[in-house]
Amino acid sequence: MDQTATTRQPDTGTEVANTWQLRLYVAGHTAKSVIAMANLTRICEDNLEGRYSIKVIDLTVCPQLARGDQILALPTLVRQFPEPVKQILGDLSDTERVLVGLDIKLLKELGWPVGS
Amino acid sequence: MPNQNSVRIEKSATLVKCLTGIKGLDEITYGGLPLGRPTLVCGSSGCGKTLLAMEFLVHGATEFREPGIFMAFEETSHELSQNFLSLGFDLNDLAARQLIDIDHVLIERNGQEASGEYDLEGLFIRIGHAIDRIGAKRVVLDTLETLFTGYFNETILRLELARLFRFLKEKGVTTVVTAEQGERTLTRFGMEEYVADCVIFLDHKVTDQIATRRLRVVKYRGSSHGTNEYPFLVDEHGLSVLPISSLALSHKVTEERISSGVARLDAMMGGKGYYRGSSVLITGTAGSGKSSLAAHFVEATCGRGEKCLYFAFEESRDQIIRNMRSIGLDLKQWLDKGLLEFRNTRATMYGMEMHLVSMHKAVEEFQPSAVIIDPVSNLLVSAKEAEVMSMLSRLIDYLKLKGITALCTDLTAVGGSLEKTEVGISPLMDTWILLQTMEGAGERNRGLYILKSRGMEHSNQVREFILTSQGILLQDVYIGSGKVLTGAARMSQQALEEAEALVLSQEVLRKEREIERRKLAFQAQVASLQTDFEAAKAELEEAIVSEQLRRSTVFADSKRMALKRESNLSAVDGSK
Repeated sequence: MDQTATTRQPDTGTEVANTWQLRLYVAGHTAKSVIAMANLTRICEDNLEGRYSIKVIDLTVCPQLARGDQILALPTLVRQFPEPVKQILGDLSDTERVLVGLDIKLLKELGWPVGS
Repeated sequence: MPNQNSVRIEKSATLVKCLTGIKGLDEITYGGLPLGRPTLVCGSSGCGKTLLAMEFLVHGATEFREPGIFMAFEETSHELSQNFLSLGFDLNDLAARQLIDIDHVLIERNGQEASGEYDLEGLFIRIGHAIDRIGAKRVVLDTLETLFTGYFNETILRLELARLFRFLKEKGVTTVVTAEQGERTLTRFGMEEYVADCVIFLDHKVTDQIATRRLRVVKYRGSSHGTNEYPFLVDEHGLSVLPISSLALSHKVTEERISSGVARLDAMMGGKGYYRGSSVLITGTAGSGKSSLAAHFVEATCGRGEKCLYFAFEESRDQIIRNMRSIGLDLKQWLDKGLLEFRNTRATMYGMEMHLVSMHKAVEEFQPSAVIIDPVSNLLVSAKEAEVMSMLSRLIDYLKLKGITALCTDLTAVGGSLEKTEVGISPLMDTWILLQTMEGAGERNRGLYILKSRGMEHSNQVREFILTSQGILLQDVYIGSGKVLTGAARMSQQALEEAEALVLSQEVLRKEREIERRKLAFQAQVASLQTDFEAAKAELEEAIVSEQLRRSTVFADSKRMALKRESNLSAVDGSK
């Protein structure tokens, strides 16, 4: 929890305190997976620059994680931190809904510093 | 799956089936659920869907070496383990042995948002991974349509469900999908659209405060199946369906006869008693001795070393034992030897069907050679007449099929027709014994006669039925002037007859003496006549002698006279 505290680049597989920890569950390198990954990176760069980490989990590689993390739909984005845990289904092509779903929109309205 | 194809070819046109291991269900479906295909089990909440599904898995795992996956959309695996432990299924143990895998699928209702396209590949991966991990052959999705309550687009969901069932068929697993009953449809979310092979409907009705569970196979593509509603029971051993109406009247019959326990009654039935495996009905009003007659049959059955199962709906076990001791029957010894078993339940405990299912189970467990149902009329308190007929015929048919002799007692209402059985069950019965109380001369007495007894000669006589401390005694009754006399009336009649007989016999004696006397008198007369005759004869003979004497004397005199005259002698000689 300390060695990558200053990570500002999207760094899959790394989770950091005070950093938005996101997990993206996909099934193989399908079109949907690629689109979802691209959409997520873009949204994070635009809104959470330097304050996020993304972990991509391919369930075709580790299927046992589907049960542990209660995944049904794919792709699924899970916000692990900040709590509470939130899920967003789909390829994230509707940016507005992602911002609403991740509470980014709400926090921005409250004057939460974004992208600094 | 090439393996299944080869099986299909072997069995030609018949569908390959997968045994559920659930008592009765495999009979109704003629061999189980369609192998490698999904089956829909639907019904209202609490009707036993989850139980049926879980039993399907547990039996598969323990009896058929087919591991199974339980996808629990409603309950957690901990809750399921807890619930099924009370039915004797140790799911944790089965899970540890990799025979069953329970996956609790949590459907998020909050904290979920959708953005863009998605599918349910995650669920597919979960199921697929679980199947591959333990080599599952059976899958349960309980209750799959919970998905509709989650944050999923219905269009996507429906597409994915159709894909899911294709996926499961490809995997070759036999699947049970449970679904909640809809208002006008079989299932609330139209699951029957996806599962077209086999649909089982469970019902849980409450009539007059008595709950009855029923099962019906709504549809079974490519297979015949029982179409009735079958009652089923959920008890401490799980679920069992009563499929008895699927039996045909094709049971084997035996010529063997068994004693009724009352020698005189056996004598009334050609001296041999009931047929083994037949059904015997004993009807009578209250206190006419039905249970006592039944107890004699128990005694006779156990006395032969055979097992007897006694369903008592009126009295407790100890009460029956005590009461029967008063007529000289020690039933406790058979109980101690394990030959006799009592099942006591209040008739109103549950519905008629439930009783029959539980009786069915008890018979399966105890394997008796005779069954007593005392009284069958109590069982019927809570049911409608038409139901009763069908239910009871199922039970009787079942017992006949097993070659078990059934003895039912039936209480007829006082004042009603004696031959009226409340439920019209008599057509089911092979032997019908009527116990009748006869009033007269200030007392009630019991009479017994055989109303019918199929396939055997039987007495048409009414016998008086007496309960003594040594058991049942059957007495001839006095029949005269169009009346049957019993009890004191019979006894006084007997006394009268005896007196009459005495008088008669004395008269005979008197007459016999008269004959003797006359004979003696006659003989005396004969003797005196003889004497007279003898006397007369002697007199006459004497007279004859004296006459002859006189004649010879005369002749001698005349000769002497001639000699004296000499000259005249030649003249006398010459004149000859």
